[in-house]
Amino acid sequence: MDRFLFLTVDGLSHGAVYAAFALALVLIWRGTRIVNFAQGVLAVATSYLAYTVTGRSGSYWLGFLAALLAGLVLGAVVERLVMRRVADAPPLNAVIVALGLVLVGQGVLGMLYGNQFLPFPAPFDRSAMTVGGVPLVSRFDLFVFGTVLLLMIVLAVLFTRTATGLRMRAAAFAPPVARLLGVRVGRMLTLGWALAALVGALAGMLVIPTGLGLHPTAMDTVFVSAFTAAVVGGLDSPAGAVVGGLLVGLVLSYVAGYLGAGTTPLAVLALLVVVLLARPAGLFSGPQARRV
Amino acid sequence: MSAALEVEGLTAGYHGVPVLHGVDLRVPAGTICAVLGANGAGKTTLLRALSGLIRPSAGRVVFDGTDLADLPTERLVHRGIGHVPEGRGVIAELSVEENLMLGGAWRLDWAGVWGAGRVQLRRDVAEVYELFPPLYARRRQPGHQLSGGERQMLALGRALVGRPRLLLLDEPSLGLAPRVVAQTMALLRQLRDETGLTVLLVEQNVRSALSIADQGVVMSLGRVVAADDAGALADDADLRHAYLGF
Amino acid sequence: MTTPRRVPTLVRHLAGAAVAAVVLFGLTYVLDPFRDYQLATAAAYLCAAAGLTVLIGLNGQLSLGHGALMAVGAYSVAMVQNQFGDHGVTAQWALVASLAAGVVAATLAGAVIGLAAARLRGPYLAGLTLVVAVALPAVTTVFSGTFHGDQGLSVYLPPVPDSLGADFPVERWQAWLALAAALLTLLVLANLVRGRLGRSMRAIRDNEVAASLAGIPVARVQVVAFVVSAACAGLGGGMFAVLAQSVSPDAFTLTLSLNLLLAVVVGGSGSLAGAVWGSLLLVLLRYWADELTGGLSLPAGLRTRLAGNLPLALFGLLLIVVMMAAPGGVQGLLSRAGRWVRGRLTGRPSHRAGLPAPDAEPPAPVASHT
Repeated sequence: MDRFLFLTVDGLSHGAVYAAFALALVLIWRGTRIVNFAQGVLAVATSYLAYTVTGRSGSYWLGFLAALLAGLVLGAVVERLVMRRVADAPPLNAVIVALGLVLVGQGVLGMLYGNQFLPFPAPFDRSAMTVGGVPLVSRFDLFVFGTVLLLMIVLAVLFTRTATGLRMRAAAFAPPVARLLGVRVGRMLTLGWALAALVGALAGMLVIPTGLGLHPTAMDTVFVSAFTAAVVGGLDSPAGAVVGGLLVGLVLSYVAGYLGAGTTPLAVLALLVVVLLARPAGLFSGPQARRV
Repeated sequence: MSAALEVEGLTAGYHGVPVLHGVDLRVPAGTICAVLGANGAGKTTLLRALSGLIRPSAGRVVFDGTDLADLPTERLVHRGIGHVPEGRGVIAELSVEENLMLGGAWRLDWAGVWGAGRVQLRRDVAEVYELFPPLYARRRQPGHQLSGGERQMLALGRALVGRPRLLLLDEPSLGLAPRVVAQTMALLRQLRDETGLTVLLVEQNVRSALSIADQGVVMSLGRVVAADDAGALADDADLRHAYLGF
Repeated sequence: MTTPRRVPTLVRHLAGAAVAAVVLFGLTYVLDPFRDYQLATAAAYLCAAAGLTVLIGLNGQLSLGHGALMAVGAYSVAMVQNQFGDHGVTAQWALVASLAAGVVAATLAGAVIGLAAARLRGPYLAGLTLVVAVALPAVTTVFSGTFHGDQGLSVYLPPVPDSLGADFPVERWQAWLALAAALLTLLVLANLVRGRLGRSMRAIRDNEVAASLAGIPVARVQVVAFVVSAACAGLGGGMFAVLAQSVSPDAFTLTLSLNLLLAVVVGGSGSLAGAVWGSLLLVLLRYWADELTGGLSLPAGLRTRLAGNLPLALFGLLLIVVMMAAPGGVQGLLSRAGRWVRGRLTGRPSHRAGLPAPDAEPPAPVASHT
């Protein structure tokens, strides 16, 4: 039972990160109808930047901040320079371009930093504190929960209560109508990508300390888990992304805990296959139109 | 607060194929001008060209003394031009209230959470609710739950929140019950009378359009084939037979 | 007047393959062993790339998991060959049997994925195959008894046949094997593409609903297309095992799947000739990048960092540039150039003017972001 509780908390902690990452995927999906396969490599790049800044300055938080800002900038740059050029082409082209970015990113990061796993310590203690005699949750876990919760609140307020959020949603749902109403659709798209990259950067900072270290491919498994989470919740649903993320985190934690850590990638695959066969539109989707 | 729309020699099309061939149009301030014609005559294309959704290859468009050439579509509302597109353009995923707020969001800063702009916008939206009481009842419901008539109200209301001086309407009567059409037309006449709103009304429903219009323009195959007072057009049987189908 | 009888497609293809075989096998004598090895590697890539280009270009299914299918073929060949070796079977035909086993295994894996993916479109299919590519290497660690985890397996291979002579370079033999596999793959695919399956695939790609209404069994065609491409990938993977004489998870990462995608896209999606260009590019670009880093005088640390990663970055850059500037790839450019030349020679306009019907709906305005 102790083990189960511990695995549950650990699963929720990872799940929170998957939820955030899945939110970033859903954000871009709703705005552009493409899955941002480059989300992971952008997060790794910003984490490497944090590594460098922290190394030079001695301050973890300076590096953390640098990662978030770099995320905003990188996301905006990628949208303006690359994704905008394939916006009018079939969606397959945008996917391939994103995959090209993955190769470029991993290659450049490998050239700059090498292919060994670099140590990436957490800002808080990762050992579990005992609650009622049971080792349950660590300070780092609490930091993760707090940060992701704060992020979700900020995003929710942004999208539902601000003019910019309204404009972004209008630009995503109905670009030509939005333009007639004075919304600068292109600018909203750039902002969407910038925000998504920011969220991805945050997710990277929260998850890499829990793995083997910093490596150009460090976010591949996170992307895979977050993509599955987004599909589970429904690609169109932000709430679904959160629930899906937590669910995937829990499932993977139990699988790793009871069946061994090496089996987690296969567990993700199995989960994805089950969801795609049973309810491809996700748990939170509305009624689907019948295809001929 | 008067405005006048002048169009000279407007030529525009898609992918190099011209649809409009030198359209001339003059709409005095505070009047309703009906644009009539069969399907494919270029009526919707005309509105799109006026709104900057397609770039004209030739001609001038002047509104309220300023040349609209090279005006990006996003700046339209800033100049006091509201365009209700074909199909009304209600954003289905947003609520009624959000659609209405969007109509005036161009006046807000990036946050629009506090400040005088937001207060004024709320007042404008409240005015629209008075004009269309059913919208108030449904204000929190998403757009896709509205009936055709309610969407019409929403689309019009949203355009009005932006405080336009010129309103471009693309077939507002499409798919609506005759009673709703009559109400819409009456409302347009009321707005013209009370606020001096200028309206360019593209319509297939000739009778309704001419019943409130001051002047009318008939288009065929991208050209203006007749322009006259609304009454004269309505009485011209030959014209009706040739271009308007009845 | 009797109409001339057209030579059947199969005969034409066989003749073409025979000619190509003669030319290529002759080429292996001209090239030095290192080049022969490169040729062999390109031919192995070609098996997989050819299958993938048919899947993506003709059927519209984007798979990011073909690297994993190559792994299935490779490991199968490794294990069967090792069994042969353990039991003292040294005949050459055993290798054919192993490769066949690799193809069968990859076909089965492809069938499983294909059935799961039959109803998936667009990003869902890409995502699923991506997860397969990332997850499948984990099988080697979970079942490390059989697959030996990260260490991988070495592959027992019979030596070059005596009948070819004592100093027949092993690289040339490997090139012969790989070229034979590639030619076989191209032959099979070329016939499929010209036949009913190809037509069905194209119909589904262009308009799925119309194809389904016309009676084409969409899901079945999707699965068959996936399975065929998986079989090709299995053969390519098996050849990888033969060429490297070992298999390990490191050789079959997501990067391999993306490299195959690059070969397909740069060569020209949907075109078998494009797959040839793409496969050659994969080998040559890596070689040139390595030559470049080797030629410059760099500190040792930088050199190792560039070694694997410069080709990666170049591949990615190429993928992006091609998608933005010339989505039809090399083959697309060649076709356009060919049309232009033909237009010049015959005096006819080389573009096809398309006029919209007079009463057609005006198309949606072009989105121009500001």
